Amino acid sequence: MSHLRTELRQRAEEIVALYPTRRSAMLPLLHLAQEQDGYLTDEAMAEVAELTGTTPAEVRGTASFYDMFHLEPVGRYVVGVCTNIACLLRGGEELLEHASAVLGCAVGGTSDDGLFTLEETECLADCNIAPVVQVNHRYVRTTTPEAFDGLIEDLRAGRLDHDVPPHGTLIRVRRSGGLRADASEIATERASAREARAKREQ
Amino acid sequence: MAYLDSPQIVSSRKEYADSFTLARYLATGGYEGLKKALSMFPEQVAAEVDAASLLGRGGAGFPAGRKWSMLRKSAVSYLVVNGDESEPATFKDHYLVERDPHQLVEGVIIAAYALQVNRAFIFLRGEFALGLERLTQAVNDAYEHGALGRKIFGSDFSLDIVVHPGAGAYICGEETGLIEALEGKRGFPRIKPPFFPAVTGLYGEPTVVNNVETMSNLPWIVLNGGAAFAALGAGRSTGTRLFALAGRVNNPGVYEIEMVKNTFRDIIYDPALGGGIIGDKAVKAIIPGGVSAPWFGPDQLDLPLGQDEVAAAGSMLGSGSIVVLDEDSCVVRATWRITKFFSRESCGQCTPCREGSGWLERMLYRLEHGGGRIEDLDLLLDVSDNIAPGLTWPPQQTTICVLGPSIPSSIHSAISMFRDDFVAHVDHGSCPHG
Ligand SMILES: Cc1cc2nc3c(=O)[nH]c(=O)nc-3n(C[C@H](O)[C@H](O)[C@H](O)COP(=O)(O)O)c2cc1C
Ligand code: SF4
Ligand code: FES
Repeated sequence: MSHLRTELRQRAEEIVALYPTRRSAMLPLLHLAQEQDGYLTDEAMAEVAELTGTTPAEVRGTASFYDMFHLEPVGRYVVGVCTNIACLLRGGEELLEHASAVLGCAVGGTSDDGLFTLEETECLADCNIAPVVQVNHRYVRTTTPEAFDGLIEDLRAGRLDHDVPPHGTLIRVRRSGGLRADASEIATERASAREARAKREQ
Repeated sequence: MAYLDSPQIVSSRKEYADSFTLARYLATGGYEGLKKALSMFPEQVAAEVDAASLLGRGGAGFPAGRKWSMLRKSAVSYLVVNGDESEPATFKDHYLVERDPHQLVEGVIIAAYALQVNRAFIFLRGEFALGLERLTQAVNDAYEHGALGRKIFGSDFSLDIVVHPGAGAYICGEETGLIEALEGKRGFPRIKPPFFPAVTGLYGEPTVVNNVETMSNLPWIVLNGGAAFAALGAGRSTGTRLFALAGRVNNPGVYEIEMVKNTFRDIIYDPALGGGIIGDKAVKAIIPGGVSAPWFGPDQLDLPLGQDEVAAAGSMLGSGSIVVLDEDSCVVRATWRITKFFSRESCGQCTPCREGSGWLERMLYRLEHGGGRIEDLDLLLDVSDNIAPGLTWPPQQTTICVLGPSIPSSIHSAISMFRDDFVAHVDHGSCPHG
């Protein structure tokens, strides 16, 4: 029995087919696993190991290197506040402190209702609207404490459900179709292109 | 006053709300560069890029044409596009991917054609959820439109592009760390030699790695010719460039301006660009090129924004980021935060980087938050000297990648320029600004 539900399992197999080696699909597959469960469960990592031709230990060892993968359950909303240099110069630390007070949890912790996990992030590459806040990796362009309070209210009331899917769902646009120019398909064209080139260079 | 008359090469669609759609792209000259490229021989396309003398926009500023020509003799297997953009205060690739994903896709197809590569990967930073969606849509649309896949626009050239999401690790921006991540591993940079991507890259095969902005320039270069691009700017810095301006300015943002024609003062103060400092304060320091770069003081405001000009003054244009600190900004706090970033993001393979960054971060923390000692200033420089001997610029290499030797840049700059501020922190017992 696959741990990934049928639709995700099918997407996983499509992703594996895009790469010359199965292992290359590691990061996209871990994102898929996180889309289903909100974090990386042991069952999901075992399945990713099977799909990528690795062991569960290798999967865990790889996943733990990357900040976006959570090995423990997190809230439905992972709120990231940037405090790196551009945000620091525009109140990032103060906004993070405010967020911690409003959500009632320490940085790295989850609110009592289990809805929010708060993270301090490095630069999120949106420094012109600083300090920068992301919820589930969506920019919410919330720079003041008052706006932050409004954001949390909106999230609680489900008013942002369209813009901010639950934690783990990263890419809602699915690739249409697999590889079209696989090496075996285009071998003759490649050979004749090389030949023509060699002739020109003579 | 700033010089703003140059063409907008990569941000020409900025006034359109739907700039990311295929319809808008086609209505504004999209995929015409590719059609022209396909009517040329691949080596002619490469020659135009060489003539443009397009410098890589990822940080190191290596000429793209030269990188390609080193490889043209041996068959290149893969083209890998670096969209990991995580250098603090750099946000121009994010802009390009969200606002003009088709331009990037077209650039990648043109490069792949010039290099005769049939498989390209675009590695995009995982935190760019919207960018990943728009880029995936653009790739889907390009296949549909006949610009990707088998026999592109009826030619004999075929290409697949795969969009690969990162997962949150600055070090995957380093090209060999990126390749490891693309192979499904931890993003540990590889030792060079032997692992130069051009020789032993993705899956051990010759690989070209180029930045998102580098690729985004290609449709214009092919359409207008390399000479037209080279006519912009001056010296080795040709064309325009996207600068990401942030910090204590009135209008932070991404600005495309011609290389060398403008100075730091222009971009910071011109009303059409940065619009001056918040509250009309004075500039205290400028961090050009990302937090890996040495800082400048207000005495360098009239330095032109060109690669060699900035290098000659002892820093780098690097990733195209410019951060402005004003007279009220605390340089100790800024230095601590930058060092904390490096300490968090060090991949841990090399001792000077792994241990040094943590040690430096802890010393800066206590200077800022309480318990700093006057000896710490010399100790900071001493530890820095162990990571990058001599504290020269560019730094001496002691580690596998240049993340490590970049750590001392801000520390060395801040202590040299603002020693009094550090002493005041020691005297006060912590940050005097509170
Ligand atoms: C620590 C580190 C981080 C880097 N991050 C990036 C990055 O985010 N994006 C990028 O294009 N290049 C980055 N680079 C530079 C790449 O290694 C490589 O030089 C570049 O992608 C080549 O593309 P270009 O020649 O088009 O500039 C980084 C380098 C180092 C050492
Ligand atoms: S210098 Fe630092 S980031 Fe680079 S390989 Fe060594 S430990 Fe990793
Ligand atoms: S420094 Fe915060 S988003 Fe760039």
